[in-house]
Amino acid sequence: MPETAAVSIRNLSKSFDGTEVLRDVSLEVQPGEVVSILGSSGSGKSTLLRCINWLEQPDRGDIRIAGDRIGVSDSGKPMSRRELAGMRARLGMVFQGFNLWPHLSVLRNVTEAPIHVQGLSKTEADERAMALLEKVGMADKREQYPYTLSGGQKQRVAIARALAMQPKVMLFDEPTSALDPELVGEVLGVIKDLSKEGYTMVLVTHEMEFARAVSDQVVFLDKGIIIEKSHPSEFFENPKTDRVRRFLELEAPAV
Amino acid sequence: MSNWDILWSSYDVFLSGFYNTLKLFGLSAVLAFLMGSAMVFLLEGSRPRLKVPLRIFIDGMRMLPFLILAYLLYYGLPSAGIRMSAWTAGIIALVIYHGAYFAEILRGCRATFAQGQVEAAIAQGFSQPQMFMRIILPQLILKTRGLLGNQLIILLKDTAFLVIITVRELTAAASSLSSTYFIPMEAFIVVIGFYWLISIGLELFIKMIGRFGAKRGFENA
Repeated sequence: MPETAAVSIRNLSKSFDGTEVLRDVSLEVQPGEVVSILGSSGSGKSTLLRCINWLEQPDRGDIRIAGDRIGVSDSGKPMSRRELAGMRARLGMVFQGFNLWPHLSVLRNVTEAPIHVQGLSKTEADERAMALLEKVGMADKREQYPYTLSGGQKQRVAIARALAMQPKVMLFDEPTSALDPELVGEVLGVIKDLSKEGYTMVLVTHEMEFARAVSDQVVFLDKGIIIEKSHPSEFFENPKTDRVRRFLELEAPAV
Repeated sequence: MSNWDILWSSYDVFLSGFYNTLKLFGLSAVLAFLMGSAMVFLLEGSRPRLKVPLRIFIDGMRMLPFLILAYLLYYGLPSAGIRMSAWTAGIIALVIYHGAYFAEILRGCRATFAQGQVEAAIAQGFSQPQMFMRIILPQLILKTRGLLGNQLIILLKDTAFLVIITVRELTAAASSLSSTYFIPMEAFIVVIGFYWLISIGLELFIKMIGRFGAKRGFENA
């Protein structure tokens, strides 16, 4: 019997005001796997990612996190807020715009949810947070406030914050798109380290080279449909569809 | 004996008025702020049935002169069979009137609050009350500290209206001394000093919040 998928998405559809943004999308992410979702803007890739932790509610289909369905309880009714919060805590999310909480120090941004959602003691949470801040190279900035940090530093703190909940899966929604070009590298470096440590990750990105280097599986979305799902070497060197070929020529002419 | 000597000999009247004004102000300010915050929390999404009545209440209060509300509660309600002491009526009037203003100040700021921060909290499994208390409200306070400070000063000054419904606060003290000895000028100058004293304390408190905010990058409030 195969291992339970870390994320299993089946026949997902989602519309916004009558416009279909996801059509019958199915995708499996195995534990330890890194999956990149590519596609041009408006292809539905961020929506797909946001459906995984129910920030967007799909119209049809189901999503399972390590075997448990999110959003819909066993009885078939919509999950209570409480149940949903419990499921969401299993997923770490990193946003394009960092979304740190400006009134809290770097350390408190990271410890906030472990203390108040998971019920850790302050000492335990601090210990866990410091280890993670060390990992992302931000330990020396623990007492600073977000407004004093660069974009790359903010995003590294945001990654530590998501990791602090010890999620089963990390979701990255265009984590470097809001960064100045010279800051992209430090964030990608952290994500790459995580992939080496065996974290399960789903990332939406425009960084082609990076997706190629870090992914086990690449998914290409076009107008809400997955039109290619393959190993990165195959995806980048030998795309099956003209659509992907055109996309790669435009996005990564060097590849 | 000069007029000032007369006032000095009745300093206990002023002190008890001052004490009562402080008590009125402190209690109403805390309760009004809690009420305003609670209303903004209830306005947070997914409660469409509360939205309209809350809006009507908030706007209704803001369009009402405070004095009329105080009159209504103390002199009007008994005809409907509801009787309360001047103190209770005064505090209720201050709380619901300024609670509505606090709600409006915080609500306006909430409307421009970065949705991404809310999503980050939701994604981390925060419940709605936790998110409001720990992420949203502290920032609303830091951002609106100037307006909140203004509103507190208005609340302080509105306590003076309660002399009309027989609450024995500062203005009542001055008013009774001025009519007993017929020295309105001096009596009222003294209470102005007391109101200033409280206002200066308030200003210092708001400045403290300001420093707390500035350290976190909440500069322009």
